[in-house]
Amino acid sequence: MATQHTKEVEQQISKGNARKYFFEKLSSKIFLACALLSVISLLLIVGFVFYKGANPFVTGDYSFLSFIFGSEWVPSEDKFGIFPMIVASIYATMGALVIGVPVGLFTAIFLAEIAPKRVAKIVSPAIQLLAGIPSVLYGVFGLAIIVPFLQDNLGLARGQSLIAVILVLAIMMLPTIVTIAETAIRAVPKSYREGSLALGVSEIGTIFKVVVPAAKSGIMAAIVLGLGRALGETMAVILVAGNSLIIPTSLTDSIRPLTTNIALEMGYAAGTHLEMLFATGIVLFSFILILNFVLARLTAKGGH
Amino acid sequence: MVMMVTEVAAVNKQQVSTASAQSKILVDDLNLFYGEKQALFNVSLDIKEKEVTALIGPSGCGKSTFLRTLNRMNDLIDGVRVSGNITIDGEDIYASNDVIKLRTKVGMVFQKSNLFPMSIYDNVAYGPRMQGIKNRKVLDALVEESLRGAAIWDEVKDRLKTSALGLSGGQQQRICIARTIAMKPDVILMDEPTSALDPISTLKVEELITQMKKDYTIVIVTHNMQQAARISDKTAFFLNGEVVEYDDTNVIFSTPKDQRTEDYVTGRFG
Ligand SMILES: Nc1ncnc2c1ncn2[C@@H]1O[C@H](COP(=O)(O)OP(=O)(O)OP(=O)(O)O)[C@@H](O)[C@H]1O
Ligand SMILES: [Mg+2]
Repeated sequence: MATQHTKEVEQQISKGNARKYFFEKLSSKIFLACALLSVISLLLIVGFVFYKGANPFVTGDYSFLSFIFGSEWVPSEDKFGIFPMIVASIYATMGALVIGVPVGLFTAIFLAEIAPKRVAKIVSPAIQLLAGIPSVLYGVFGLAIIVPFLQDNLGLARGQSLIAVILVLAIMMLPTIVTIAETAIRAVPKSYREGSLALGVSEIGTIFKVVVPAAKSGIMAAIVLGLGRALGETMAVILVAGNSLIIPTSLTDSIRPLTTNIALEMGYAAGTHLEMLFATGIVLFSFILILNFVLARLTAKGGH
Repeated sequence: MVMMVTEVAAVNKQQVSTASAQSKILVDDLNLFYGEKQALFNVSLDIKEKEVTALIGPSGCGKSTFLRTLNRMNDLIDGVRVSGNITIDGEDIYASNDVIKLRTKVGMVFQKSNLFPMSIYDNVAYGPRMQGIKNRKVLDALVEESLRGAAIWDEVKDRLKTSALGLSGGQQQRICIARTIAMKPDVILMDEPTSALDPISTLKVEELITQMKKDYTIVIVTHNMQQAARISDKTAFFLNGEVVEYDDTNVIFSTPKDQRTEDYVTGRFG
Protein backbone atom coordinates (compact mmCIF):
# COMPACT_ATOMS: atom_id res chain seq x y z
CA MET A 1 0.00 0.00 0.00
CA ALA A 2 2.73 2.38 1.02
CA THR A 3 4.87 1.55 -2.02
CA GLN A 4 1.88 2.00 -4.28
CA HIS A 5 1.38 5.41 -2.83
CA THR A 6 5.04 6.37 -3.23
CA LYS A 7 4.99 5.30 -6.85
CA GLU A 8 2.04 7.49 -7.59
CA VAL A 9 3.77 10.47 -6.07
CA GLU A 10 6.92 9.73 -8.05
CA GLN A 11 4.99 9.48 -11.28
CA GLN A 12 3.20 12.69 -10.56
CA ILE A 13 6.49 14.47 -9.87
CA SER A 14 8.18 13.22 -13.02
CA LYS A 15 5.14 14.23 -15.05
CA GLY A 16 5.26 17.66 -13.42
CA ASN A 17 8.97 17.88 -14.15
CA ALA A 18 8.46 17.08 -17.81
CA ARG A 19 5.95 19.87 -18.06
CA LYS A 20 8.28 22.25 -16.27
CA TYR A 21 11.09 21.43 -18.68
CA PHE A 22 8.78 22.02 -21.61
CA PHE A 23 7.80 25.49 -20.38
CA GLU A 24 11.39 26.22 -19.47
CA LYS A 25 12.45 25.49 -23.05
CA LEU A 26 9.51 27.29 -24.57
CA SER A 27 10.00 30.46 -22.58
CA SER A 28 13.70 30.61 -23.30
CA LYS A 29 12.82 30.37 -27.01
CA ILE A 30 10.35 33.23 -26.65
CA PHE A 31 12.93 35.37 -24.90
CA LEU A 32 15.43 34.59 -27.63
CA ALA A 33 12.96 35.55 -30.34
CA CYS A 34 12.26 38.89 -28.67
CA ALA A 35 15.93 39.61 -28.29
CA LEU A 36 16.56 38.72 -31.91
CA LEU A 37 13.73 40.97 -33.04
CA SER A 38 15.45 44.06 -31.70
CA VAL A 39 18.85 43.02 -33.02
CA ILE A 40 17.35 42.37 -36.45
CA SER A 41 15.59 45.76 -36.47
CA LEU A 42 18.86 47.44 -35.61
CA LEU A 43 20.73 45.60 -38.36
CA LEU A 44 17.99 46.35 -40.89
CA ILE A 45 17.94 50.05 -40.14
CA VAL A 46 21.71 50.42 -40.07
CA GLY A 47 22.14 48.26 -43.15
CA PHE A 48 19.52 50.16 -45.08
CA VAL A 49 20.92 53.58 -44.16
CA PHE A 50 24.48 52.52 -44.99
CA TYR A 51 23.44 50.82 -48.22
CA LYS A 52 21.59 53.87 -49.45
CA GLY A 53 24.00 56.41 -48.03
CA ALA A 54 27.20 54.81 -49.28
CA ASN A 55 25.89 54.48 -52.83
CA PRO A 56 26.90 57.91 -54.19
CA PHE A 57 30.47 57.41 -52.98
CA VAL A 58 30.79 53.83 -54.14
CA THR A 59 29.04 53.84 -57.51
CA GLY A 60 28.84 57.57 -58.24
CA ASP A 61 31.89 59.82 -58.46
CA TYR A 62 31.24 61.82 -55.31
CA SER A 63 34.04 62.19 -52.78
CA PHE A 64 33.24 61.42 -49.20
CA LEU A 65 35.71 64.03 -48.00
CA SER A 66 34.11 66.83 -49.94
CA PHE A 67 30.77 65.60 -48.63
CA ILE A 68 32.01 66.00 -45.05
CA PHE A 69 34.03 69.16 -45.53
CA GLY A 70 32.11 70.82 -48.32
CA SER A 71 30.35 73.94 -47.20
CA GLU A 72 27.72 74.15 -49.90
CA TRP A 73 24.52 72.17 -49.95
CA VAL A 74 22.59 72.92 -53.15
CA PRO A 75 20.93 69.72 -54.30
CA SER A 76 19.61 71.31 -57.50
CA GLU A 77 23.19 72.08 -58.56
CA ASP A 78 24.46 68.69 -57.42
CA LYS A 79 26.41 70.24 -54.53
CA PHE A 80 26.33 68.18 -51.35
CA GLY A 81 28.48 69.51 -48.53
CA ILE A 82 27.33 69.06 -44.96
CA PHE A 83 30.12 70.79 -43.08
CA PRO A 84 27.90 73.66 -41.88
CA MET A 85 25.43 71.14 -40.50
CA ILE A 86 28.10 69.15 -38.70
CA VAL A 87 29.36 72.35 -37.11
CA ALA A 88 25.81 73.38 -36.25
CA SER A 89 25.09 70.03 -34.62
CA ILE A 90 28.29 70.12 -32.59
CA TYR A 91 27.79 73.73 -31.48
CA ALA A 92 24.17 73.16 -30.54
CA THR A 93 24.99 69.99 -28.58
CA MET A 94 27.97 71.49 -26.80
CA GLY A 95 26.05 74.65 -26.01
CA ALA A 96 23.22 72.62 -24.53
CA LEU A 97 25.84 70.69 -22.55
CA VAL A 98 27.32 73.86 -21.07
CA ILE A 99 23.93 74.92 -19.73
CA GLY A 100 22.21 71.58 -19.19
CA VAL A 101 24.97 69.73 -17.32
CA PRO A 102 25.55 72.15 -14.44
CA VAL A 103 21.84 72.85 -14.01
CA GLY A 104 21.01 69.14 -14.24
CA LEU A 105 23.75 68.10 -11.82
CA PHE A 106 22.92 70.72 -9.25
CA THR A 107 19.28 69.72 -9.49
CA ALA A 108 20.19 66.05 -9.02
CA ILE A 109 22.43 66.85 -6.04
CA PHE A 110 19.74 69.03 -4.53
CA LEU A 111 17.08 66.35 -4.90
CA ALA A 112 19.24 63.49 -3.66
CA GLU A 113 21.10 65.19 -0.84
CA ILE A 114 19.71 68.51 0.25
CA ALA A 115 16.01 68.81 -0.44
CA PRO A 116 13.59 67.81 2.31
CA LYS A 117 11.93 64.48 1.51
CA ARG A 118 8.59 66.17 0.87
CA VAL A 119 10.05 68.46 -1.77
CA ALA A 120 12.03 65.69 -3.49
CA LYS A 121 8.91 63.52 -3.60
CA ILE A 122 7.13 66.15 -5.67
CA VAL A 123 9.97 67.48 -7.80
CA SER A 124 11.57 64.16 -8.83
CA PRO A 125 8.44 62.72 -10.51
CA ALA A 126 7.75 66.11 -12.08
CA ILE A 127 11.16 66.05 -13.73
CA GLN A 128 10.65 62.49 -14.89
CA LEU A 129 7.38 63.59 -16.43
CA LEU A 130 9.32 66.25 -18.33
CA ALA A 131 11.07 63.40 -20.15
CA GLY A 132 7.75 62.11 -21.42
CA ILE A 133 6.58 65.32 -23.08
CA PRO A 134 6.58 64.85 -26.89
CA SER A 135 9.50 66.72 -28.36
CA VAL A 136 7.36 68.70 -30.77
CA LEU A 137 5.81 70.38 -27.75
CA TYR A 138 9.25 71.54 -26.63
CA GLY A 139 9.62 73.00 -30.11
CA VAL A 140 6.28 74.75 -29.87
CA PHE A 141 7.22 76.09 -26.46
CA GLY A 142 10.53 77.32 -27.88
CA LEU A 143 8.81 78.91 -30.84
CA ALA A 144 6.11 80.58 -28.78
CA ILE A 145 8.20 81.75 -25.82
CA ILE A 146 11.96 81.56 -26.33
CA VAL A 147 12.13 82.74 -29.94
CA PRO A 148 10.02 85.89 -29.45
CA PHE A 149 11.86 86.58 -26.22
CA LEU A 150 15.24 86.47 -27.99
CA GLN A 151 13.88 88.49 -30.88
CA ASP A 152 12.72 91.26 -28.55
CA ASN A 153 15.63 91.29 -26.16
CA LEU A 154 18.56 90.78 -28.49
CA GLY A 155 17.08 92.88 -31.29
CA LEU A 156 17.25 90.05 -33.83
CA ALA A 157 15.48 90.07 -37.14
CA ARG A 158 14.54 86.45 -36.47
CA GLY A 159 14.63 84.78 -33.12
CA GLN A 160 15.26 81.35 -34.63
CA SER A 161 18.92 80.87 -33.89
CA LEU A 162 21.70 78.76 -32.43
CA ILE A 163 21.01 80.13 -28.97
CA ALA A 164 17.31 79.24 -29.24
CA VAL A 165 18.29 75.67 -30.17
CA ILE A 166 20.76 75.52 -27.30
CA LEU A 167 18.15 76.66 -24.79
CA VAL A 168 15.51 74.21 -25.99
CA LEU A 169 17.99 71.31 -26.06
CA ALA A 170 19.31 72.23 -22.61
CA ILE A 171 15.78 71.98 -21.22
CA MET A 172 15.19 68.74 -23.08
CA MET A 173 18.30 67.04 -21.73
CA LEU A 174 17.54 68.03 -18.13
CA PRO A 175 15.22 65.13 -17.27
CA THR A 176 17.72 62.59 -18.60
CA ILE A 177 20.62 64.09 -16.69
CA VAL A 178 18.70 64.77 -13.49
CA THR A 179 17.04 61.37 -13.26
CA ILE A 180 20.12 59.29 -13.97
CA ALA A 181 22.48 61.43 -11.89
CA GLU A 182 20.03 61.47 -8.98
CA THR A 183 19.84 57.68 -9.04
CA ALA A 184 23.62 57.44 -9.11
CA ILE A 185 24.01 59.83 -6.19
CA ARG A 186 21.38 58.05 -4.14
CA ALA A 187 23.22 54.77 -4.71
CA VAL A 188 26.34 56.03 -2.91
CA PRO A 189 26.53 54.12 0.39
CA LYS A 190 25.36 56.10 3.41
CA SER A 191 28.50 55.00 5.21
CA TYR A 192 30.67 57.23 2.98
CA ARG A 193 28.61 60.22 4.02
CA GLU A 194 28.84 59.28 7.69
CA GLY A 195 32.58 58.73 7.42
CA SER A 196 33.10 62.18 6.01
CA LEU A 197 30.73 63.98 8.36
CA ALA A 198 32.30 62.23 11.36
CA LEU A 199 35.63 63.78 10.32
CA GLY A 200 34.14 67.20 10.85
CA VAL A 201 33.54 67.92 7.17
CA SER A 202 30.53 70.06 6.29
CA GLU A 203 27.59 68.60 4.40
CA ILE A 204 28.40 70.53 1.23
CA GLY A 205 32.06 69.52 1.46
CA THR A 206 30.98 65.91 1.90
CA ILE A 207 28.73 66.09 -1.16
CA PHE A 208 31.37 67.50 -3.46
CA LYS A 209 34.42 65.62 -2.21
CA VAL A 210 32.98 62.21 -1.40
CA VAL A 211 29.45 61.64 -2.67
CA VAL A 212 29.74 63.11 -6.16
CA PRO A 213 33.15 61.53 -6.90
CA ALA A 214 31.79 58.18 -5.73
CA ALA A 215 28.88 58.58 -8.16
CA LYS A 216 31.18 59.71 -10.96
CA SER A 217 30.57 56.93 -13.46
CA GLY A 218 26.80 57.22 -13.12
CA ILE A 219 27.00 60.98 -13.52
CA MET A 220 29.14 60.63 -16.64
CA ALA A 221 26.59 58.19 -18.04
CA ALA A 222 23.89 60.76 -17.35
CA ILE A 223 25.82 63.40 -19.26
CA VAL A 224 26.53 61.16 -22.24
CA LEU A 225 22.90 60.07 -22.48
CA GLY A 226 21.80 63.70 -22.27
CA LEU A 227 24.24 64.49 -25.07
CA GLY A 228 22.81 61.71 -27.19
CA ARG A 229 19.34 63.08 -26.66
CA ALA A 230 20.46 66.57 -27.73
CA LEU A 231 22.38 65.34 -30.75
CA GLY A 232 19.51 63.23 -32.07
CA GLU A 233 16.70 65.68 -31.38
CA THR A 234 14.93 66.70 -34.57
CA MET A 235 11.39 67.96 -34.20
CA ALA A 236 11.94 70.59 -31.56
CA VAL A 237 15.05 71.80 -33.33
CA ILE A 238 13.33 72.29 -36.69
CA LEU A 239 10.94 74.74 -35.13
CA VAL A 240 13.53 76.99 -33.51
CA ALA A 241 16.71 76.58 -35.58
CA GLY A 242 15.86 78.81 -38.54
CA ASN A 243 17.45 76.22 -40.86
CA SER A 244 19.89 78.49 -42.72
CA LEU A 245 22.71 76.69 -44.51
CA ILE A 246 25.60 78.66 -43.08
CA ILE A 247 28.47 77.87 -40.78
CA PRO A 248 27.37 79.61 -37.59
CA THR A 249 29.78 82.23 -36.32
CA SER A 250 27.65 83.68 -33.57
CA LEU A 251 25.03 82.50 -31.12
CA THR A 252 22.39 84.49 -32.94
CA ASP A 253 22.98 82.83 -36.32
CA SER A 254 20.26 80.72 -37.80
CA ILE A 255 21.44 77.11 -38.09
CA ARG A 256 20.59 73.76 -39.66
CA PRO A 257 21.82 70.72 -37.72
CA LEU A 258 22.19 67.27 -39.31
CA THR A 259 18.89 65.92 -38.04
CA THR A 260 16.77 68.74 -39.38
CA ASN A 261 18.43 68.50 -42.77
CA ILE A 262 17.20 64.95 -43.12
CA ALA A 263 13.73 65.68 -41.80
CA LEU A 264 13.19 68.80 -43.89
CA GLU A 265 14.17 67.37 -47.28
CA MET A 266 13.37 63.69 -47.05
CA GLY A 267 9.79 64.34 -48.10
CA TYR A 268 10.59 65.46 -51.64
CA ALA A 269 14.15 64.30 -52.31
CA ALA A 270 14.90 61.73 -55.02
CA GLY A 271 17.91 60.12 -56.66
CA THR A 272 21.33 61.24 -55.46
CA HIS A 273 19.76 63.89 -53.26
CA LEU A 274 17.87 61.21 -51.39
CA GLU A 275 20.99 59.10 -51.03
CA MET A 276 22.92 62.08 -49.71
CA LEU A 277 20.30 62.46 -46.99
CA PHE A 278 20.98 58.86 -46.00
CA ALA A 279 24.67 59.70 -46.00
CA THR A 280 23.86 62.54 -43.60
CA GLY A 281 22.21 59.89 -41.49
CA ILE A 282 25.41 57.85 -41.51
CA VAL A 283 27.35 60.80 -40.15
CA LEU A 284 24.77 61.38 -37.44
CA PHE A 285 24.76 57.69 -36.59
CA SER A 286 28.55 57.70 -36.30
CA PHE A 287 28.38 60.47 -33.75
CA ILE A 288 25.84 58.53 -31.73
CA LEU A 289 27.98 55.39 -31.97
CA ILE A 290 30.99 57.28 -30.65
CA LEU A 291 28.92 58.57 -27.74
CA ASN A 292 27.69 55.08 -26.95
CA PHE A 293 31.20 53.74 -27.08
CA VAL A 294 32.31 56.41 -24.64
CA LEU A 295 29.35 55.56 -22.43
CA ALA A 296 30.20 51.86 -22.48
CA ARG A 297 33.77 52.63 -21.48
CA LEU A 298 32.63 54.88 -18.66
CA THR A 299 30.15 52.44 -17.18
CA ALA A 300 32.57 49.54 -17.52
CA LYS A 301 35.13 51.52 -15.54
CA GLY A 302 32.59 52.36 -12.86
CA GLY A 303 31.50 48.79 -12.38
CA HIS A 304 34.82 47.30 -11.34
CA MET B 1 28.90 73.63 59.40
CA VAL B 2 29.89 70.15 60.38
CA MET B 3 27.67 68.73 57.69
CA MET B 4 29.41 70.78 55.07
CA VAL B 5 32.80 69.60 56.15
CA THR B 6 31.82 65.98 55.87
CA GLU B 7 30.39 66.66 52.46
CA VAL B 8 33.61 68.20 51.29
CA ALA B 9 35.50 65.30 52.74
CA ALA B 10 33.29 62.89 50.86
CA VAL B 11 33.89 64.71 47.61
CA ASN B 12 37.60 64.77 48.27
CA LYS B 13 37.61 61.07 48.93
CA GLN B 14 35.87 60.42 45.66
CA GLN B 15 38.37 62.55 43.83
CA VAL B 16 41.22 60.73 45.47
CA SER B 17 39.89 57.38 44.41
CA THR B 18 39.83 58.52 40.79
CA ALA B 19 42.76 60.88 41.00
CA SER B 20 44.52 59.01 38.22
CA ALA B 21 42.13 60.38 35.69
CA GLN B 22 40.24 63.56 35.12
CA SER B 23 36.75 63.77 33.75
CA LYS B 24 36.67 64.29 30.00
CA ILE B 25 33.04 63.76 29.12
CA LEU B 26 30.24 64.36 31.57
CA VAL B 27 26.84 63.05 30.63
CA ASP B 28 24.00 64.18 32.82
CA ASP B 29 20.46 62.84 32.70
CA LEU B 30 20.48 62.20 28.96
CA ASN B 31 17.25 61.15 27.29
CA LEU B 32 16.92 60.48 23.58
CA PHE B 33 13.83 59.93 21.46
CA TYR B 34 13.54 58.60 17.93
CA GLY B 35 10.25 60.31 17.17
CA GLU B 36 7.86 58.90 19.76
CA LYS B 37 10.12 56.05 20.76
CA GLN B 38 12.49 56.67 23.66
CA ALA B 39 15.86 54.99 23.21
CA LEU B 40 17.88 56.38 26.12
CA PHE B 41 16.63 56.90 29.67
CA ASN B 42 18.32 59.22 32.17
CA VAL B 43 21.84 58.23 31.20
CA SER B 44 24.53 59.78 33.39
CA LEU B 45 28.17 58.89 32.93
CA ASP B 46 31.49 60.39 33.90
CA ILE B 47 34.01 59.38 31.23
CA LYS B 48 37.62 59.83 32.23
CA GLU B 49 40.39 61.37 30.21
CA LYS B 50 42.89 59.03 28.54
CA GLU B 51 41.07 55.91 29.54
CA VAL B 52 39.24 53.32 27.54
CA THR B 53 35.57 53.16 28.43
CA ALA B 54 33.67 50.15 27.16
CA LEU B 55 29.93 50.11 26.54
CA ILE B 56 28.38 46.67 26.73
CA GLY B 57 24.85 45.34 26.67
CA PRO B 58 22.46 43.26 24.60
CA SER B 59 21.52 44.20 21.04
CA GLY B 60 19.19 47.18 20.75
CA CYS B 61 19.89 48.50 24.25
CA GLY B 62 21.08 51.87 22.93
CA LYS B 63 24.87 51.62 22.94
CA SER B 64 25.29 52.96 19.41
CA THR B 65 22.66 55.56 20.01
CA PHE B 66 24.49 56.78 23.10
CA LEU B 67 27.85 56.77 21.35
CA ARG B 68 26.45 58.83 18.51
CA THR B 69 25.15 61.49 20.88
CA LEU B 70 28.77 62.23 21.80
CA ASN B 71 29.66 63.54 18.34
CA ARG B 72 26.08 64.42 17.43
CA MET B 73 25.84 61.96 14.55
CA ASN B 74 22.22 61.42 15.60
CA ASP B 75 21.52 64.93 14.32
CA LEU B 76 21.48 63.41 10.83
CA ILE B 77 18.41 61.33 11.62
CA ASP B 78 15.01 62.97 11.19
CA GLY B 79 12.93 63.36 14.30
CA VAL B 80 15.60 62.76 16.95
CA ARG B 81 15.15 64.71 20.17
CA VAL B 82 17.70 64.91 22.96
CA SER B 83 17.33 66.24 26.46
CA GLY B 84 19.84 66.45 29.25
CA ASN B 85 23.40 67.59 29.23
CA ILE B 86 26.69 66.47 27.71
CA THR B 87 29.85 68.43 28.36
CA ILE B 88 33.28 67.72 26.96
CA ASP B 89 36.07 69.60 28.73
CA GLY B 90 33.35 71.52 30.49
CA GLU B 91 31.76 72.70 27.25
CA ASP B 92 28.14 71.86 26.54
CA ILE B 93 28.27 70.18 23.14
CA TYR B 94 24.60 70.78 22.43
CA ALA B 95 24.81 74.49 23.29
CA SER B 96 26.22 75.62 19.97
CA ASN B 97 25.49 74.27 16.54
CA ASP B 98 29.13 74.01 15.55
CA VAL B 99 29.04 70.25 14.93
CA ILE B 100 32.07 70.59 12.65
CA LYS B 101 34.26 71.74 15.52
CA LEU B 102 32.82 69.03 17.77
CA ARG B 103 33.48 66.29 15.23
CA THR B 104 37.07 67.32 14.64
CA LYS B 105 37.57 66.99 18.37
CA VAL B 106 35.56 63.79 18.73
CA GLY B 107 36.45 61.29 16.01
CA MET B 108 34.57 58.12 15.20
CA VAL B 109 35.43 54.68 13.87
CA PHE B 110 32.53 52.64 12.55
CA GLN B 111 31.62 48.99 12.75
CA LYS B 112 32.44 48.37 9.11
CA SER B 113 35.29 50.12 7.40
CA ASN B 114 33.91 53.02 5.44
CA LEU B 115 37.01 54.12 3.61
CA PHE B 116 36.31 56.26 0.57
CA PRO B 117 36.98 54.92 -2.93
CA MET B 118 40.30 56.79 -3.08
CA SER B 119 43.94 55.96 -2.47
CA ILE B 120 45.19 55.16 1.03
CA TYR B 121 46.99 58.48 1.13
CA ASP B 122 43.96 60.47 0.04
CA ASN B 123 41.78 58.74 2.62
CA VAL B 124 44.07 59.71 5.47
CA ALA B 125 44.72 63.20 4.09
CA TYR B 126 41.03 63.80 3.40
CA GLY B 127 40.09 65.32 6.76
CA PRO B 128 43.13 67.62 7.06
CA ARG B 129 42.72 68.74 3.44
CA MET B 130 39.12 69.64 4.08
CA GLN B 131 40.37 71.75 7.00
CA GLY B 132 42.40 73.70 4.46
CA ILE B 133 45.82 72.09 4.84
CA LYS B 134 47.31 72.18 1.36
CA ASN B 135 51.07 72.02 2.00
CA ARG B 136 52.36 68.79 0.53
CA LYS B 137 55.12 68.32 3.12
CA VAL B 138 52.78 68.90 6.02
CA LEU B 139 50.29 66.43 4.60
CA ASP B 140 52.98 63.83 3.92
CA ALA B 141 54.20 64.06 7.48
CA LEU B 142 50.68 63.96 8.88
CA VAL B 143 49.75 60.91 6.82
CA GLU B 144 52.87 59.03 7.91
CA GLU B 145 52.40 59.98 11.53
CA SER B 146 48.75 58.89 11.46
CA LEU B 147 49.50 55.60 9.74
CA ARG B 148 52.26 54.91 12.26
CA GLY B 149 49.85 55.86 15.02
CA ALA B 150 47.46 53.25 13.69
CA ALA B 151 50.25 50.66 13.48
CA ILE B 152 49.80 50.12 9.77
CA TRP B 153 52.55 52.25 8.25
CA ASP B 154 54.90 49.35 7.55
CA GLU B 155 52.18 47.39 5.79
CA VAL B 156 51.13 50.15 3.42
CA LYS B 157 54.04 52.54 3.07
CA ASP B 158 54.89 51.20 -0.40
CA ARG B 159 51.37 51.42 -1.74
CA LEU B 160 50.06 54.71 -0.45
CA LYS B 161 48.81 55.69 -3.89
CA THR B 162 46.81 52.54 -4.49
CA SER B 163 43.12 52.20 -3.73
CA ALA B 164 42.34 51.78 -0.07
CA LEU B 165 39.54 49.38 -0.96
CA GLY B 166 42.09 46.76 -2.03
CA LEU B 167 43.25 46.19 1.55
CA SER B 168 42.07 43.45 3.86
CA GLY B 169 39.23 44.18 6.29
CA GLY B 170 41.56 44.48 9.26
CA GLN B 171 43.94 46.77 7.39
CA GLN B 172 41.03 48.90 6.24
CA GLN B 173 39.80 49.26 9.78
CA ARG B 174 43.23 50.43 10.94
CA ILE B 175 43.32 52.93 8.04
CA CYS B 176 39.96 54.17 9.33
CA ILE B 177 41.63 54.67 12.69
CA ALA B 178 44.53 56.47 10.98
CA ARG B 179 42.05 58.69 9.16
CA THR B 180 40.48 59.57 12.48
CA ILE B 181 43.83 60.19 14.19
CA ALA B 182 44.88 62.52 11.36
CA MET B 183 42.33 65.03 12.63
CA LYS B 184 44.16 65.10 15.98
CA PRO B 185 41.02 64.49 18.01
CA ASP B 186 40.87 64.30 21.81
CA VAL B 187 38.23 61.64 21.92
CA ILE B 188 37.78 58.63 19.67
CA LEU B 189 34.47 56.80 19.54
CA MET B 190 34.45 53.24 18.24
CA ASP B 191 31.32 51.30 17.45
CA GLU B 192 32.13 47.57 17.44
CA PRO B 193 35.32 48.23 15.46
CA THR B 194 36.40 44.59 15.41
CA SER B 195 33.11 42.79 14.94
CA ALA B 196 33.80 42.24 11.24
CA LEU B 197 37.41 41.16 11.73
CA ASP B 198 39.21 37.84 12.10
CA PRO B 199 40.87 37.04 15.46
CA ILE B 200 44.36 38.15 14.41
CA SER B 201 43.19 41.48 13.01
CA THR B 202 41.08 41.90 16.12
CA LEU B 203 44.12 41.39 18.30
CA LYS B 204 46.06 43.99 16.33
CA VAL B 205 43.31 46.55 16.70
CA GLU B 206 43.06 45.79 20.42
CA GLU B 207 46.79 46.29 20.87
CA LEU B 208 46.47 49.53 18.97
CA ILE B 209 43.67 50.74 21.21
CA THR B 210 45.73 49.97 24.30
CA GLN B 211 48.61 52.02 22.89
CA MET B 212 46.39 54.87 21.81
CA LYS B 213 45.05 55.27 25.30
CA LYS B 214 48.00 57.42 26.31
CA ASP B 215 46.97 60.08 23.79
CA TYR B 216 43.24 59.77 23.46
CA THR B 217 40.09 59.27 25.44
CA ILE B 218 38.45 56.22 23.89
CA VAL B 219 34.85 55.09 24.14
CA ILE B 220 34.22 51.71 22.57
CA VAL B 221 31.08 49.67 22.03
CA THR B 222 31.69 45.94 22.03
CA HIS B 223 29.75 42.72 22.12
CA ASN B 224 32.85 40.83 23.04
CA MET B 225 33.11 40.48 26.82
CA GLN B 226 36.73 39.36 26.73
CA GLN B 227 37.57 42.36 24.65
CA ALA B 228 35.93 44.73 27.10
CA ALA B 229 37.77 43.01 29.95
CA ARG B 230 41.10 43.09 28.11
CA ILE B 231 41.23 46.65 26.90
CA SER B 232 38.97 48.87 28.95
CA ASP B 233 39.47 50.71 32.23
CA LYS B 234 35.81 51.41 32.84
CA THR B 235 32.74 49.57 31.67
CA ALA B 236 29.15 50.71 31.40
CA PHE B 237 26.46 48.08 31.16
CA PHE B 238 23.43 49.24 29.18
CA LEU B 239 20.04 47.57 29.29
CA ASN B 240 16.89 48.82 27.54
CA GLY B 241 18.31 52.31 27.14
CA GLU B 242 19.43 52.66 30.75
CA VAL B 243 22.83 52.41 32.35
CA VAL B 244 22.45 49.60 34.85
CA GLU B 245 25.96 49.78 36.19
CA TYR B 246 29.09 51.79 35.53
CA ASP B 247 32.33 51.03 37.28
CA ASP B 248 35.94 49.98 36.90
CA THR B 249 36.11 47.15 34.41
CA ASN B 250 37.55 44.66 36.90
CA VAL B 251 34.69 45.43 39.27
CA ILE B 252 32.07 44.93 36.55
CA PHE B 253 33.59 41.60 35.58
CA SER B 254 34.40 40.26 39.03
CA THR B 255 32.09 41.76 41.62
CA PRO B 256 29.22 43.60 39.93
CA LYS B 257 26.69 45.12 42.27
CA ASP B 258 23.64 44.53 40.10
CA GLN B 259 22.33 41.01 39.53
CA ARG B 260 21.50 41.86 35.89
CA THR B 261 25.09 42.90 35.22
CA GLU B 262 26.35 39.68 36.69
CA ASP B 263 23.92 37.67 34.59
CA TYR B 264 25.02 39.47 31.46
CA VAL B 265 28.78 39.31 31.91
CA THR B 266 28.64 35.67 32.90
CA GLY B 267 26.61 34.94 29.79
CA ARG B 268 23.41 33.95 31.53
CA PHE B 269 21.42 36.20 29.23
CA GLY B 270 21.84 38.64 26.38
N1 LIG C 1 17.27 55.63 13.22
C1 LIG C 1 16.48 55.06 14.13
N2 LIG C 1 15.15 55.30 14.14
C2 LIG C 1 14.36 54.73 15.06
N3 LIG C 1 14.79 53.91 16.02
C3 LIG C 1 16.08 53.61 16.07
C4 LIG C 1 17.00 54.17 15.12
N4 LIG C 1 18.24 53.69 15.41
C5 LIG C 1 18.08 52.88 16.47
N5 LIG C 1 16.79 52.82 16.87
C6 LIG C 1 16.27 52.06 18.02
O1 LIG C 1 16.90 52.48 19.19
C7 LIG C 1 17.22 51.37 20.02
C8 LIG C 1 18.69 51.36 20.31
O2 LIG C 1 19.38 51.10 19.13
P1 LIG C 1 20.97 51.05 19.05
O3 LIG C 1 21.34 50.94 17.62
O4 LIG C 1 21.52 52.19 19.79
O5 LIG C 1 21.27 49.69 19.81
P2 LIG C 1 22.66 48.99 20.07
O6 LIG C 1 22.78 48.81 21.53
O7 LIG C 1 23.75 49.70 19.38
O8 LIG C 1 22.42 47.58 19.39
P3 LIG C 1 23.47 46.65 18.62
O9 LIG C 1 24.27 45.99 19.66
O10 LIG C 1 22.60 45.68 17.90
O11 LIG C 1 24.26 47.53 17.72
C9 LIG C 1 16.74 50.14 19.29
O12 LIG C 1 15.51 49.75 19.82
C10 LIG C 1 16.59 50.59 17.86
O13 LIG C 1 15.54 49.91 17.24
MG1 LIG D 1 25.02 49.26 17.68
